[in-house]
Amino acid sequence: MREVAILGTGITRFREIWDKSFKRLGIEAGLEAIQDSGIQGKNIDALFIGNMASGLFIRQEHIASLVAEEVGLTLNNTPAIRVEGGDAAGGLALAQGFSAVAAGIYDVVVVGGAEKMSDLPGASIVETIASSIDQEWECFFGATQPSLWAMMARRHMHDYGTKREQIAKIAVKNHNNGSLNPKAQFPFKVTLENVLSAPPVCEPLTTLEAAPISDGAAAVVLCSLEKAREYTSEPVVIKGVGLATDSLALHDRMSLTTCKVTSVAAERALNMAGVNIKDIDVAEVHDSFTISELMAMEDLGFVEKGKGGEAVDDGITKLGGDIPINTSGGLKARGNPLGATGIAQAVEIYHQLKGKADSRQVADARFGLTHNMGGSGGTAVIHVMEAV
Amino acid sequence: MNSGIVSYGAYIPFYRIDPESIGRQWGRNGADVGKALGVKMKSVPAQDEDAATMAVEASRCALKRAGIHPQDIGAIFVGSESHPYAVKPTATIVGEALEATPGLMAADMEFACKAGTAGMQNSMGLVMSKMVKYALAIGTDTAQGAPGNALEYTAAAGAAAFIIGLENTIATINHTVSFTTDTPDFWRRGGMKYPSHGGRFTGQPAYFRHVVSCGKELFSLAGTAPEDYQFAVFHQPNSKFPSKAGKMLGFSQQQLSEGLIVKEIGNTYSAASMIGLASVLDNANPGDRILLVSYGSGAGADGFDITVTPGIETFRKGINKTIREWISNYQLVDYGTYAKNLKKYKMEGE
Amino acid sequence: MTIPRFWREIPIRYNLMGSKCPLCGTVFFPPKEICKICRRVSIDQMIHEKLSGRGTILTHTTVHEAPTDFESQVPYYLAIIELDEGPSVLGQIADCTNGDLAIGKRVHSVFRRVSEDGVSGTIHYGYKFVLDHSR
Repeated sequence: MREVAILGTGITRFREIWDKSFKRLGIEAGLEAIQDSGIQGKNIDALFIGNMASGLFIRQEHIASLVAEEVGLTLNNTPAIRVEGGDAAGGLALAQGFSAVAAGIYDVVVVGGAEKMSDLPGASIVETIASSIDQEWECFFGATQPSLWAMMARRHMHDYGTKREQIAKIAVKNHNNGSLNPKAQFPFKVTLENVLSAPPVCEPLTTLEAAPISDGAAAVVLCSLEKAREYTSEPVVIKGVGLATDSLALHDRMSLTTCKVTSVAAERALNMAGVNIKDIDVAEVHDSFTISELMAMEDLGFVEKGKGGEAVDDGITKLGGDIPINTSGGLKARGNPLGATGIAQAVEIYHQLKGKADSRQVADARFGLTHNMGGSGGTAVIHVMEAV
Repeated sequence: MNSGIVSYGAYIPFYRIDPESIGRQWGRNGADVGKALGVKMKSVPAQDEDAATMAVEASRCALKRAGIHPQDIGAIFVGSESHPYAVKPTATIVGEALEATPGLMAADMEFACKAGTAGMQNSMGLVMSKMVKYALAIGTDTAQGAPGNALEYTAAAGAAAFIIGLENTIATINHTVSFTTDTPDFWRRGGMKYPSHGGRFTGQPAYFRHVVSCGKELFSLAGTAPEDYQFAVFHQPNSKFPSKAGKMLGFSQQQLSEGLIVKEIGNTYSAASMIGLASVLDNANPGDRILLVSYGSGAGADGFDITVTPGIETFRKGINKTIREWISNYQLVDYGTYAKNLKKYKMEGE
Repeated sequence: MTIPRFWREIPIRYNLMGSKCPLCGTVFFPPKEICKICRRVSIDQMIHEKLSGRGTILTHTTVHEAPTDFESQVPYYLAIIELDEGPSVLGQIADCTNGDLAIGKRVHSVFRRVSEDGVSGTIHYGYKFVLDHSR
């Protein structure tokens, strides 16, 4: 198996981008990544695109062909593959691209993630996001993604004494980080009072604890480490990949306070990378809701199960803390264009490991981790990266 | 061999509205209207309840109390004037929810407020002819009165289900008789949301003529007199009508009181007299004799002469709530909630 | 939900029909064709198991932002319930208000309208739950 490096990245700003189509967003991020990496179109062996629900959002499936045409890859009939796995689509696409290069099937691949959400009206967006949870046995009864995470939050508070304020503080921290990220959807700060007094989505969670509706795209160029050295002296290497799957419906899982997919995928990725969770200097985790980040802190092993709330109080995940999490602002403040999120996480870690994260830079970051999840915890994808 | 009641169950929604709240909305003294009608409050269905859901709850209770296998139910008749579908039988929904399908005769009945007792008569015929082992007759309604109309003070929601059979009965139906004419006192044309009525015409030529004539027919058929009965139950659109009809037939208030539930929950239409009968059976002893006369506008009355058997002593009514328990378990709502639950608002796109 | 998709699950939605693995005794709801513990050896062995509808609230939420078909029901109450036979199930809690619900409270199933396909489409009936002591 060959080592695989990230050669360059591209990302659009995330927000409701009324004047740009799905296609335009994809092109923007893709071209930026290609320019950043210094490769040329003719060098690209394949294109992987993570996307969750283009069929529902814009009634367009077969988007790999659509995007390939627009970025000029149809001249050589370059293979283009769409990858889907709920909001873990981006992370899964990255894992697919990684595998193809690692296996020696391709030398250079572009992995993109894109979602165009704002073309639908509000309630339809709620429904479409809910297409990544169980339609028959959850959505049929009126369940939504936020409702499931709210129920996990309630149970976490019950079992571990986690306080409402501790969960809400995660939104404050991520907005703080977002205020330092010029590409963030919400580049402004919020107070704990703002978060707690915001209108409820699903009790106990408020609207300021939920990731927003976003349009956007992100892309990375992957190639073998050997080839990467032709372009750069300081490549970022993907050292470990871990995937895990659990039942689609939350009520079918063993626990309401643990996402087992996260702990299993983390173990797999860390083993492959040959590093310990304590070695990780910076992480982007899937904070689709505040509680998702709190549970991920525990499930990844940064803190013991049940100690997430205390760790938030201690500020260990803030910039300057022991393990800064979601320096980009996370899904909460950077934005969450579902299929693009997993790639956007990789873009942030790439910048951190290259020392290019400006005012949100984590000092001497060597190992970084991305954690991308689908639905309420049916899928998790974890990548461990190292600056070499 | 006479057929009889093998089991029964009822269902009354959790919510109520009082006449004061309704009157306040329309600039009337609701308390006075309620007093005149003898109605303290009326039941209001939840947003997710309808004639089918209440029928299922009442029927499941009846099946459970008697320990009858649902596959032994050969026929289901659902009487209602608020069937959830105009075309698509409620009886199929109930049959499926009881697991009584597919070897099942099922039909919806409509005869204003006596569609449920019409189902009981049909059930008796099927059982006595041995076409089916058990038949299930249900009266269920989420009754509607037009906003501001006098009907709004009483139109309520509830269901009652009676299993009719030949064996293991808790009460024998000795006789039944009907009195039917073409009398347009209350109706609802196709496509109309709310019913219309003939005002005071609903009284003497309609309700009283049919109920009293039917009661007298029953006396003569059964060779009985009012004093032979421990209980008498009449259709109860309000408290006044059944009390007056009872008096006209020679019954005392004491004979009527157990079966008179309208003052607590309003007029549950097809379920009204059947819930009254259920309330009487909740408190009956072997040998007690019950007279039941339902009334349906349009118009007709069904009379039943019933004798309680020793089976009542071992009947497991405690398996679910008694009528008195259903009545005392409630929460009051305001007019807005009531209007929303009964879909009185026209929503976007309708 | 389209008609065939609703219709084929009627026994499960109306009557909580689950399945049981006769080999290890695990009960599944909704029913599974294969026991996820015994796997291969359980093929063609699974038996029908009707659930009692009685259970305990494991967690709950009050929904304020709803999908289109549920917007008129806001706020509504969802819970994950551990049924007495073993499996957990998600469902709405009917006839309650905020403050009635708590982890550990006992519930039983009822038959209600869950949603409808607009004003002219079919009505989707199914199970919901109510608190034991309130109803």
